[in-house]
Amino acid sequence: MAQQRPLSPHLMIYKPQLTSMMSITHRATGAALALGSLLVVWWIVALATGAEYYSFVQSIIASWFGQLVLFGFTVAVFYHLSNGIRHLFWDFGHNLTIEGVHRTGYMVLASTVILTALTWALVFFG
Amino acid sequence: MAEFSLPQNSKVQKGKIHPKPEGAVRTKTFNIYRWSPEDQENPRMDSYTVNLDDCGPMVLDALIKIKGETDSSLTFRRSCREGICGSCSMNIDGTNTLACLKSIDDVKGDVDIYPLPHMPVIKDLVPDLSHAYAQLASIEPWIKTDTTAPEGEERRQSVEDREKMDGLWECVLCFSCSTSCPSYWWNGDRYLGPAVLLQAYRWIADSRDEYTGERLDALEDPFRLYRCHTIMNCTQTCPKGLNPGKAIAEIKKLQLERQ
Repeated sequence: MAQQRPLSPHLMIYKPQLTSMMSITHRATGAALALGSLLVVWWIVALATGAEYYSFVQSIIASWFGQLVLFGFTVAVFYHLSNGIRHLFWDFGHNLTIEGVHRTGYMVLASTVILTALTWALVFFG
Repeated sequence: MAEFSLPQNSKVQKGKIHPKPEGAVRTKTFNIYRWSPEDQENPRMDSYTVNLDDCGPMVLDALIKIKGETDSSLTFRRSCREGICGSCSMNIDGTNTLACLKSIDDVKGDVDIYPLPHMPVIKDLVPDLSHAYAQLASIEPWIKTDTTAPEGEERRQSVEDREKMDGLWECVLCFSCSTSCPSYWWNGDRYLGPAVLLQAYRWIADSRDEYTGERLDALEDPFRLYRCHTIMNCTQTCPKGLNPGKAIAEIKKLQLERQ
């Protein structure tokens, strides 16, 4: 009796490339933003709770860990926003060529870096 | 839910290393996925080293040489050796393509060869495409009309309408694109995948077909069409330079326009 057919390798052998990596990053940042929105709610609740609790939450946000989370949050926001606009163009049928996908992909990566840097420059020097 | 790791019986093990050809100056090592239904073994990777000075330029040439001279049990599909039959599609150096159109020199280092990803394996590099073919049949890839054809001649099409099918009719149904698509890996039981959706659009875009509405109705489904998340691995990998991702986007646009 012949053995049951194996499943051929997939994710583990397929070459990571701009197309798939940017797609999975879009999903990951989307999931991260959904979780991050709970942190925003927590911050607003703290504001409504009173001065003491609010200053406690503010001290967590001001810690190095809090700043790191906020930094990740801004990266996720700007990546998801930029790539979302890229998806919007795709939905109109624009830039759906290998050349267009790569060019707009690098534009998204550049805009993520620039917008994140601008935001944090405003925080520290604004 | 997507299963990211391989089932126990599919895990790939180390295989045989065949000796290098004696006296060869330029050589290339091919690591090839092997599995036979005739024993109870798991799949394995066998290594073969080929003398490039005594071998054609394409990966398919090397496979034929290995089969002819080193290991006659190596199994793969091939026919035309010029990219028109679509038989020798496989995963070479991490991306799907036709072995006959893939130059050996394009690969840096060893050449790793697997069957098309996330498919049941019949033997070695031969995947079972039954499900993909059934999906193709489900979109009814033939002209459908209610009107009778003009007496004694074919159904006419303007040059402009004919041009709308360029980039669609050239597909050789090798399924490189579908099996490069993570969405197809995780939801291939219900998602039609880029190859079949490109064919679906080929008939939607055909001015002579009179069932455009019915065809769009059949695709208006969260899985059949809308599991496409515009990852674009399909277009990136198509060995014929076609654009399944764009074809799918055109179908989505038509769905929206007719609402």
